[in-house]
Amino acid sequence: MMHALIQKQLQGAEGAFMLDVSLEVASGEIVALFGASGAGKTTALRCIAGLDVPENGRITFGDECWFDGTKHVCQSPQVRHVGYMFQDYALFPNMTVRGNLEFALRKSDDPRYIEELLQLMQLAELQHRKPDTLSGGQKQRVALARTLASQPKLLLLDEPLSALDAAIRSQLQDELLRLQRHFGVTTILVSHDVGEVYKLASRVYVIESGRITRQGSPTEVFSQGKTNGKFRFAGEVLAIEAMDVMFALTVLVGNQIVRVTATHEEAAQLKTGDDVMLVSKAFNPMVMRLEAGESPLKQ
Amino acid sequence: MVLDWQPLLLTFKLASVTTAILFCMGVPFAWWLANTRIRIKPAIEALVAMPLVLPPSVLGFYLLLAFSPERWFGHWLDRVTGIRLAFSFEGLVIASVIFSFPFLVHPVQAAFQNLPRPLTDAARILGKSDWQIFTRVLLPNIKPALLSGTILAFAHTLGEFGVVLMIGGNLPHETRVASIAIYDEVEALNYAAANFYAGVLFALSFFILLLVYILNRKAQP
Repeated sequence: MMHALIQKQLQGAEGAFMLDVSLEVASGEIVALFGASGAGKTTALRCIAGLDVPENGRITFGDECWFDGTKHVCQSPQVRHVGYMFQDYALFPNMTVRGNLEFALRKSDDPRYIEELLQLMQLAELQHRKPDTLSGGQKQRVALARTLASQPKLLLLDEPLSALDAAIRSQLQDELLRLQRHFGVTTILVSHDVGEVYKLASRVYVIESGRITRQGSPTEVFSQGKTNGKFRFAGEVLAIEAMDVMFALTVLVGNQIVRVTATHEEAAQLKTGDDVMLVSKAFNPMVMRLEAGESPLKQ
Repeated sequence: MVLDWQPLLLTFKLASVTTAILFCMGVPFAWWLANTRIRIKPAIEALVAMPLVLPPSVLGFYLLLAFSPERWFGHWLDRVTGIRLAFSFEGLVIASVIFSFPFLVHPVQAAFQNLPRPLTDAARILGKSDWQIFTRVLLPNIKPALLSGTILAFAHTLGEFGVVLMIGGNLPHETRVASIAIYDEVEALNYAAANFYAGVLFALSFFILLLVYILNRKAQP
């Protein structure tokens, strides 16, 4: 569980404003910070990492206190042991791909972990190349692998895919999700892409001019909170199977994989990898009460 | 004619010692200057650049005054350590370090400033100490600037004349470097010896500068 209350004066395009946000992230969860550029998302992330210092507030991770404005506690980024993926990747140009990963190991870490990561991220072929010779997508994979090599307690991703074109982007989003599930690491993602937030995050904070204006699941937040008689889920088609008279679609919705039926006409327009919106009437759902601690929204 | 190699050897010794000291002092200083937000930074930068525009004799004159055992600094140094800096090799080294300072500091400072800021952030996130970041991330990524700065400082010390003349004089084996020897031989109408020293310095300076430009070209992708 991570809790952050961050207050910091920022200089924006239209003068100074106050960054004042309160974030809660349950362990293993992916949470997105969404908003226009200059809203303070990256600063919030940098404060959590310890790269920037808030003027006031409190940041705790589990039972560790990383920052406390009133008690003058401020741990250095070295001690916090987070993983941070920078927008421009910040790979060390003097080191090879492998060297970049090895540099991320701490003294007590097992060097064999590097081999595992190189295999897992399909970087074995590139391991002796320097970052300058890699494509954007390759650099992104190296940056993610380096971040994971340090075995962080918390993963912070600053618009990790913004510099890539749509096709590679979608592929790397899948990869990111796969790895995040594999390692189960708590993740905060900064993004200004609705599709990305839908696909990766289970909860989203919308930040405007330094304040949280909306929060909740991506669907709740992006459907503007209007109540209507329908469920709407954005997802990606993973598989299309022909059944007797119908088609079965396997769709990735947020972090869940669901199977839905589709008519012949609907299925004919779709191929795997397409982004779709699932709309279902909500007139007869099963409603079950959750016991305390079970609720995904209140963790 | 017997050629006296002593002034050339002394010149090399002076340039080598000066460059070694400059490297150890100048690189951390350049890093500090590149990152500091201190308010008097422009004044410090102006002071560092002074040797580029100041006549060497001005610097030499003030150093001579400072080093003189008649003055408080020279007197204090003589009393405490027994070192006399005026008309000695040690004095030449100190003067040369000051005089060649901008030749090393400028390119290295510029290179530090051009390094992407997230490199340091990324290394801090990975738990690295400031020393590890400096030696394993920052220095390796400014190698071309380090090389050209060091070589330029070395070459500049080779060619020093005014400062040496002011504070070193012309003592064989102690302060009689090649540039002084040339002046001395010409005054004695001994053109052959002057030509020997001048020729060596000329060729050497050319090859050192050639090396700098070749290295710079290689550093560009």
